[in-house]
Amino acid sequence: MMPFDPSALTLEMLVAALGLGVLILGLIVPHGSRHGLGWLSFFGLLGIMGVALSMWGDNRELLSGMYLLDNYALFWKITFMLSAALVILGCMRYVDSMGGQAEYYSMIIFATLGMMVMASAGDFITLYLGLELMTIAFIILVCFRKMEAKSVEAGMKYILLAGMSSAVLLYGLSLLYGLTGSVIILEVSRIIALQPVTPALVLAVVMLVAGLGFKISAVPFHMWTPDVYEGAPTPVTSFLAMGSKAASFAILLRLFIAGLPGIWENWTMVVAILAAVTIIFGNLVAIPQTNVKRLLAYSSIAQAGYILVGLVTATEAGIKGVMFYAFLYVFATVGAFTVATYFYHVTGSDELKDYAGLSQRSPLMAAVMLVAMLSMAGIPPLAGFVGKFYLFKTIVDGYLWLVFIGLIMSMVSVYYYLRVALVMYRDEPADPTPIKLPSPVAVTLIVAMVVTLVIGIYPGPLSEVVNEAAHTFFMH
Amino acid sequence: MLVEFALYHAWLVPLLPALAFGVIVFLTRPWPKLSAIVAVGSMAVACFFATLAAYGVFTNHEFVEKPLVYATRWFSLGLPGMPEVQIDVGVQLDPTSAMMLFMVSFIATFIFLYSIGYMEGDPGFSVFFSYLSLFGASMLLLVISSNLLQMFVAWGLVGLCSYLLIGFYSHKISAREAAKKAFVTCRVADFGLLLGLLALQIVFGTLNLTELSEKIAHFEEYTTFGMLTLIAVLVFIGPIGKSGQFPLHVWLPDAMEGPTPVSALIHAATMVVAGVYLVGRTLFLFHEVPSAMQLVAVTGGFTALFAATIAITQREIKRILAYSTVSQLGYMMLALGVGSLTASMFHLWTHAFFKALMFLGAGSVLHALHHKADVWEMGGLYKKMPITTWTFVIGGLAIAGIPPFAGFWSKDEILVATLSEGHYVLFAVGAFTAFLTAFYMWRMIFLAFFGEEKPENHPHESPWTMTVPLVVLAVGALGAGWVGTPWHNVWAEWIFFGHPHHGPVNYGAMLLSIVLAAAGIYLAYMLYLKDAKKKRARRLAEWFGPVYRMLYNKYYIDELYLWFNHALVDGTARLMYLFDIYVVDGIVNGIGGFAKLSGDGLRVFQSGRLQNYALIFFLGVLAVAVLMAFTGPSAASLVLGGVK
Repeated sequence: MMPFDPSALTLEMLVAALGLGVLILGLIVPHGSRHGLGWLSFFGLLGIMGVALSMWGDNRELLSGMYLLDNYALFWKITFMLSAALVILGCMRYVDSMGGQAEYYSMIIFATLGMMVMASAGDFITLYLGLELMTIAFIILVCFRKMEAKSVEAGMKYILLAGMSSAVLLYGLSLLYGLTGSVIILEVSRIIALQPVTPALVLAVVMLVAGLGFKISAVPFHMWTPDVYEGAPTPVTSFLAMGSKAASFAILLRLFIAGLPGIWENWTMVVAILAAVTIIFGNLVAIPQTNVKRLLAYSSIAQAGYILVGLVTATEAGIKGVMFYAFLYVFATVGAFTVATYFYHVTGSDELKDYAGLSQRSPLMAAVMLVAMLSMAGIPPLAGFVGKFYLFKTIVDGYLWLVFIGLIMSMVSVYYYLRVALVMYRDEPADPTPIKLPSPVAVTLIVAMVVTLVIGIYPGPLSEVVNEAAHTFFMH
Repeated sequence: MLVEFALYHAWLVPLLPALAFGVIVFLTRPWPKLSAIVAVGSMAVACFFATLAAYGVFTNHEFVEKPLVYATRWFSLGLPGMPEVQIDVGVQLDPTSAMMLFMVSFIATFIFLYSIGYMEGDPGFSVFFSYLSLFGASMLLLVISSNLLQMFVAWGLVGLCSYLLIGFYSHKISAREAAKKAFVTCRVADFGLLLGLLALQIVFGTLNLTELSEKIAHFEEYTTFGMLTLIAVLVFIGPIGKSGQFPLHVWLPDAMEGPTPVSALIHAATMVVAGVYLVGRTLFLFHEVPSAMQLVAVTGGFTALFAATIAITQREIKRILAYSTVSQLGYMMLALGVGSLTASMFHLWTHAFFKALMFLGAGSVLHALHHKADVWEMGGLYKKMPITTWTFVIGGLAIAGIPPFAGFWSKDEILVATLSEGHYVLFAVGAFTAFLTAFYMWRMIFLAFFGEEKPENHPHESPWTMTVPLVVLAVGALGAGWVGTPWHNVWAEWIFFGHPHHGPVNYGAMLLSIVLAAAGIYLAYMLYLKDAKKKRARRLAEWFGPVYRMLYNKYYIDELYLWFNHALVDGTARLMYLFDIYVVDGIVNGIGGFAKLSGDGLRVFQSGRLQNYALIFFLGVLAVAVLMAFTGPSAASLVLGGVK
């Protein structure tokens, strides 16, 4: 056994230190200057991201496979920190008006830490630890507006349902442990490959699918999503939509493709059907929505369905597709939700009809919303098109029906995405006063839009990075 | 050192004006003067780099055989079961592209400078300069492209910019119509080109110029001769539209509706020569298919003659110039069709100078006469506008083909190339067109600049920003041809296809073209200057009444197209419309209605009650379990587990 090298956990320790630091500083710093905590968290995360970039290419296993360090995990960690940093940058004003900055920012950082642990998790215990760290931080964040009934209700729903899904997941994991006698994913994989498929094993897989399906809000485990998304403070919703989902995908890939490749035939069709159902359901129910946050919630369910497609073939190309899509989805989500956050901050409304004439009140907000939505719909030359292409090309060979469902539902999704555009661009505003954007929000929006455009036109470099990351997935 | 830098960073040349576009649109739009400085400045710097790069290429003979290519991967697509498609973007520098790079940026710089004076006081001043910058950037991108897809993107951008600029005076209906016409005509042609490119990609698996030229040389390994012919014809359709060849030349004369600097840019340096350049770039493809070469040559020759005959009767100064452009482009295509890249590019080069000069001169006249365009209403301008007049005369001598002006050398080169390849009919067509060219050009010059002054006109010389470009371009129109004289043809040593062409000096052809040009000018002199009342000219027009009217109405081609559109396209469209509203809309609305209904239906489950959510969750677990039991290979073992 190799000696334990603490330097392998540099990133996690730095993030934990940052979170604790922000929390403690919040107690010391006087009220008036607490808005600086947002900047501290933002630059702190950027700094840690710099450290993370320098660790690219460091592939090893810690404690005989309990903790895996590879480019795959590192790519996810960078994605998480990037999305956390963007969320913080976009919502500082919102948080300042809400109060409790120290707790808020530190919870976001702890949730990020949980995701990072998940990305590197090599065994069930670490996995569960990271998952719960993330979930509990999110529960606190969801009911952060504690004076608002909606927010508290969302928090209650989330805690109960998340607990339930955790129980199911744990049950699945313990079944696997019982069957193989190991909690280390790579070892489990080796043992299962030698065993015959038993009903207990199938049941374990069912439990895993359900438990993680809850986190990624795959239909039919998605019921919490619209209510929680609507009730939670909007920045939290956006972080929930991209961070929590991306982390769950990271662990889903690890569990299924690294842990259960031996019984690949057993779960691949189920995943394909789940993906199809999720895509269909998310897109159809998004159509009648009149609340922008609910609309985005259903659209995020549909997006999860698209990402699930990458899991179906259990190949490197699929992993690559998932990572690529998750990365660009961060920017589309940040764009759309930051617009929603700031719009709520100014007008106090999330209703679609109040978005009328937004293009006249704030051309940038309207443009970013449009670009983000068109990207989610998969219109070239935006990033979403390339992402969907990478995902769907992996299944053209064996799952043509799923490709067709994806394409048709993408077309359906254009309908509700463009309805938002129509309201923003065609309708006359009831209140034509221009909305002035503070510079952090403007910067967030511009970053989201530019990256979405650039990845769409020139996907080469990102695609190569993702290739490299996906390649290390199989090297353990 | 600096030359080295320019050679390996040639992408800076299109990038700078593209940046200028962004800067003007997003930053400097409220300040017209600043916008103009940004546009002119960036183009001037681009021209500086282009000059350095051209210097680098033309001092190193290695680039003739082995072009300097550097590229980066744009994207690659792989689908299971298909070869991976890899598309690069990059730069290909060889003498041809280096020449174009220099020429385009040089002429664009002066046209930009000229626009400052011409567009003064226009409400859309800044926007105009942003479009101009984008136009220049697109053309420069097209020139340096190492790859046909990249070229096609630039090609499309050029089309878009021409649309924006031709329709710049969007308050005029005619301008809007002309812009649409230009755009639609070019798009029709682009479709052919796109099909050609797709076929190239499918058959040869690449669109990189260097790889294609190697593969097409051994095309038998990839495809049949028939397929290659088809590809060549499809690819040629693009240039027919862009370079205004018959029968898609109709948009070019109408494009005069744009501001004059735009006309100059379109006709001299960008846009129309893009088609000639594309054929020149892909000559390795046409070279393998003699029938395609024949097609190019005949189209070019016919267009040259056809446009020249129309130009004789036109009255508007810019329209005459437009038809002369169509005619000169025909010459360039003719040269390509007989396999002489040298002559074609040479004529492109000299033509750029004298045609830009003449358009800017025409713009100066229009500026002075407050946009009175009919040459018959001008006259005697030489007294008040000496610089414009004498630079225009230089342009006229150049295009007519009088030595030692630039046009003579390049036209002579084309005629000699046609003759030495044995195309006697095309040679005769070319020679006769040379005579017509001299005639109609000098008809215009005599009518507009000489003769009696019209008392109702109050012309004045234009400001320095407009005359300086005229003088500079006049120097080019005079001297640009000296690099390619038959006695010491430096041009042919650098720019050629296959092998450099070293024929003996053909004094006969030279003499013939001088005599024809002189005869044309003399005839114009007799009809339009000596005969102050123009009685003979009028009588000629009456004698040949039907011919005159046919020529004046441009062979009724526009009317023919209109009729075709009304009768056939509109008819079909009406049929399709019925199909659309009853069948297509029915299906679409049906799907939409279904989606909406099911959306509403599925929504019912979202009750907000936690118990229901938990129930659905566990029902979901059950459903997945059942699903797994029945889909996986283990289904049997699960269901029959107890039995076995």
